[in-house]
Amino acid sequence: MNFQNILSELENVDPEIYERTSERRAAFKNFGAIGKRFTLAALPFALGSIFQKAYGQTNAGVIGVLNYALTLEYLESNFYIKGVATPGLIPAGSSLGAMTLIRDHEVTHVNFLKTAITASGGTPVSYTAAQFDFTAKGGFPDVFTNYNTFLAVSQALEDTGVRAYKGQAGNLQGTANRGFLTAALNIHSVEARHASHVRMMRAALGVNVKPWITGVTSGIDARTAGNYAGEDVTIQAGVNITGLSGASGNISASAATEAFDEPLTKDQVTALVTPFFA
Amino acid sequence: MTIKSNQVDDSMPGVIEPSKQTSRRKFLATAGGFSLLSAVAISSCKKSSSDLMASAAVNLGSGDVGILNYAYALEQLEAAFYFKVMASPYANMSAAEASYLTDIRDHELAHREFFKTALGSNAIGGLEVDFSSIDFTSRTSVLATAKAFEDLGVTAYNGAGQLLQSADYLLLAGKIVSVEARHAALIRDLITPNSFADNTALDANASDMARKPADVLAIASVYLKTKINASNLPV
Repeated sequence: MNFQNILSELENVDPEIYERTSERRAAFKNFGAIGKRFTLAALPFALGSIFQKAYGQTNAGVIGVLNYALTLEYLESNFYIKGVATPGLIPAGSSLGAMTLIRDHEVTHVNFLKTAITASGGTPVSYTAAQFDFTAKGGFPDVFTNYNTFLAVSQALEDTGVRAYKGQAGNLQGTANRGFLTAALNIHSVEARHASHVRMMRAALGVNVKPWITGVTSGIDARTAGNYAGEDVTIQAGVNITGLSGASGNISASAATEAFDEPLTKDQVTALVTPFFA
Repeated sequence: MTIKSNQVDDSMPGVIEPSKQTSRRKFLATAGGFSLLSAVAISSCKKSSSDLMASAAVNLGSGDVGILNYAYALEQLEAAFYFKVMASPYANMSAAEASYLTDIRDHELAHREFFKTALGSNAIGGLEVDFSSIDFTSRTSVLATAKAFEDLGVTAYNGAGQLLQSADYLLLAGKIVSVEARHAALIRDLITPNSFADNTALDANASDMARKPADVLAIASVYLKTKINASNLPV
């Protein structure tokens, strides 16, 4: 199974050794500066603390991130499992095909993360269908009877999933976590592909949305305001995007917001998805 | 995050000019820090073709700056492509397609100009593109190229993430890669409905793939006259 390849890649230390070597080189560069400030006897301790930075990353933080991702994937997969299995909800043909494909992706993400967590010595979280309430405590009462509502919730879940993964990238940084970071990024972009497609499905039904997020508009309503809050920023890393040259004149505010997706913190996402847990 | 604006090259409002004049100006503007080898190349340029000038490699640099220049190079390529697509739309481009492709062009311009501004004096110059393999009058050719660029961009950013040291830059790459993935999904659906995330893009783990810079640049080089030296990038 291909799964095996990924896992062996995750556990493969060779690329890390390469990176650690360069960290080590940097460490030796610092060594000179330290030497000036410490006595010779203190040096081994100073060196030890430098290496701890390179090697001492605890896995607990990483497992936490992976379990958070797994929780969101359980939410998504159960949503699509139920939607696809609900007779008369999703039109047969292309629409059902798309939702079935997305369902299969989310189920695969669940299995991938479970295996990755277990292989890393962690304990994966676990959820059953009964633990979800996709009406979000009555917020979307017709989620499985009204196709438009189903697609709206789908869009919100996908766009929020993109923001959630994005918000965790920094927590997977560091030499020891390279495999996890890349695996998470590789899922992150798939959630964005889903979001793009679901938005196109809604646009085809007359909803005013594009595959990308313009400002904070969602084509839904106040119920998902929090899912899109902050998507309207036009300043990136101190650069005002609307002050940059576009095709004719400056980049528009719409394009400036569409061109960059924004992250959400774990706390923000948790608050947004909590109503979906029974 | 740092990096004040220092306009390396103000001559590219939309597309990278292939004229000898421009490429030479750019080349000379960026050649200052280069070695003896570059000096030799410059002297040959004086009497020779733009092809020869283009053969002088642009060095992306090292560390995070190198990775950002790598992203800047890819965004230059994408922006130049979509600019040309919308400057001379293929026959019977629908209004909806024109609207989407215009949006994508503007996103790529935003990305390109962002990197140029953020990198400031560390930015590489403007790259010369080679779109001779693309038939801009053909929807099939244009969309196939767009798909290739967008899917490539996704794998490039996904692969670059682990090479970045700065959390700020990693987040920025994340902000951009999901937009590239949105583009990729749309373009794929325009070519073949429901191919937004099929198994030609995804692996058995329903995940996108990640490519190393060297592998990405080997693919991108088909569309670039300017040679890119990525030898100092982190690995």
